[in-house]
Amino acid sequence: MYPNEFRYTKDHEWIKLEGDEAVVGITDFAQNQLGDIIYVELPAVGKELAAHQAIGAVESVKSVSDVYAPVAGVVTKVNEALATAADLLNKDPHGQGWIIRIKVKDKKPLDSLFTAGDYEKFLEGLEH
Amino acid sequence: MSYLSLSDKDKAEMLARTGAAKIDDLFCCIPEAIQLMRPLDLPPAQSELELVRTIDAVGRKNSYVGHLSFLGGGAYDHFIPTVVDYLSSRGEFVSPYTPYQPEVSQGTLQIIFEFQTLVCQLTGLDIANASLYDGSTGVAEAVLMAHRVTSRDKVVLATSLHPQYREVVRTYIKNLGVTAVEVGFGPEGRIDAAALAKALDDKTAAVVYQSPNFFGVVEDVKALSDAAHGVKALSVAVVAEALSLGLLEAPGRLGADIATGEAQSLGLPLSFGGPYLGFMACKKDYLRQMPGRIAGETKDTEGRRGFVLTLATREQHIRREKATSNICTNQALCALRATIFMETLGKQGLRELAWQNAQKAAYAADRLASIRGVKKKFTGPFFNEFVIELPQPWAKVDAGLKAQGLVGGHGLGTDYRGLENAALVCVTELKTREEIDHLVRTLEEVLR
Repeated sequence: MYPNEFRYTKDHEWIKLEGDEAVVGITDFAQNQLGDIIYVELPAVGKELAAHQAIGAVESVKSVSDVYAPVAGVVTKVNEALATAADLLNKDPHGQGWIIRIKVKDKKPLDSLFTAGDYEKFLEGLEH
Repeated sequence: MSYLSLSDKDKAEMLARTGAAKIDDLFCCIPEAIQLMRPLDLPPAQSELELVRTIDAVGRKNSYVGHLSFLGGGAYDHFIPTVVDYLSSRGEFVSPYTPYQPEVSQGTLQIIFEFQTLVCQLTGLDIANASLYDGSTGVAEAVLMAHRVTSRDKVVLATSLHPQYREVVRTYIKNLGVTAVEVGFGPEGRIDAAALAKALDDKTAAVVYQSPNFFGVVEDVKALSDAAHGVKALSVAVVAEALSLGLLEAPGRLGADIATGEAQSLGLPLSFGGPYLGFMACKKDYLRQMPGRIAGETKDTEGRRGFVLTLATREQHIRREKATSNICTNQALCALRATIFMETLGKQGLRELAWQNAQKAAYAADRLASIRGVKKKFTGPFFNEFVIELPQPWAKVDAGLKAQGLVGGHGLGTDYRGLENAALVCVTELKTREEIDHLVRTLEEVLR
């Protein structure tokens, strides 16, 4: 379920490193908890994000949740497709439902994030 | 829902259930030091007849109640058809709090939906909310909205925007890191275009102007919108006299991004200043940044047309501190009255009413300006109010008019330096030609 090449956060974001850049989205668990997603608020390209800073917000029929940057970086691209198809986050959260790409300043903090195995264990803990 | 007070037996039963010996014990968690410890200082209870006499005596303390008044400036005396009182006081609409649950409140929700639709039609914009407290808070909300939409923290306010609206804006932004700069007016009574151009920069979130403005003068909404858009700021049109929209072009069709203001004119009595009715409409792009509630049309499980609150996730009760605004309600009863008023008059009726206002005000302005020493202060076009300038301070003239049973206008000296000799005069459809002529004759005598 949770790809091994991703890292994960306690706030249910995933991050995938691709060279100096990284792709960020929300996990399958997160989309499942939110329910039908109807709107994604995206940041401006070029915006500098500190680690744990809010990237934007995901709105479902029942709630709104902030999405946080797993590590610091500068926004290089946002998923424009979400403007008209926010439900991509429900349909394909780890793929087409990516939210932003960032240029990562320092890759080291990535090591302290959950691996897929850690995250699955973390989720098990939440269910008890 | 019945309003029956609790009997001693009811109270005893409830106390027994809670385990408290007396009602005061229920407040034991409040520190003694801040408890009142004595009954409220209220006069003894009165019978209905005594109460009517007391309230009448209080009412008689109001000055100039029987005077013929030409006051406007954000509160307008218009005719209210009886059907507005009759329908709005029907039992189905009587409620201590607006019920929004769709399963029990289809009537209320449909009225709100119709109100929004009418506001969209009047303003020429895509979406409207279910109403706000009043015109001043509507403007403040529009300023905060422009701040959210643009992520910029400076707003340009026209000095010709209602002085109280400007005060409320300043109160709202005081601790938010948003600053307001003001742009004055020229001889037409319109915003000084050169000063506006200087005030605009890439930090400007919005240009906020009123039309007809506080002097009654109709602004060039298109030019102001173009100027705002030139620096990617929002154009915020404020309308304090909603009836003017029956005659003037809708601000949305002239480039305004947000239109907000006061709809008291549409079926609400003056009532010494409230409750009034704020409205707000905007372009669809800014939907999620708009404050307040929105009723939407939908279908129920059997495919029938129905109404529900929608987009509630922007609101305080779901989004908490991240909500677009701390307003979590609307002026449902006032919006109901305005909806009945507009639907009774219809498009033609509203236009006819607005036309009568404009014609009577134009007649009054010409007649007043024909008095020796009196002139129209501004050259710009106006709707149902205008500024006259006198050869002496208004305060003195005002006292003379009041002695003759007339409140001739609102002196501008308090809010505008240099306009001590000027007054804002409002003429609605309620003023007859004889009454206008009476004002002209009396002013002539007072000035003599």
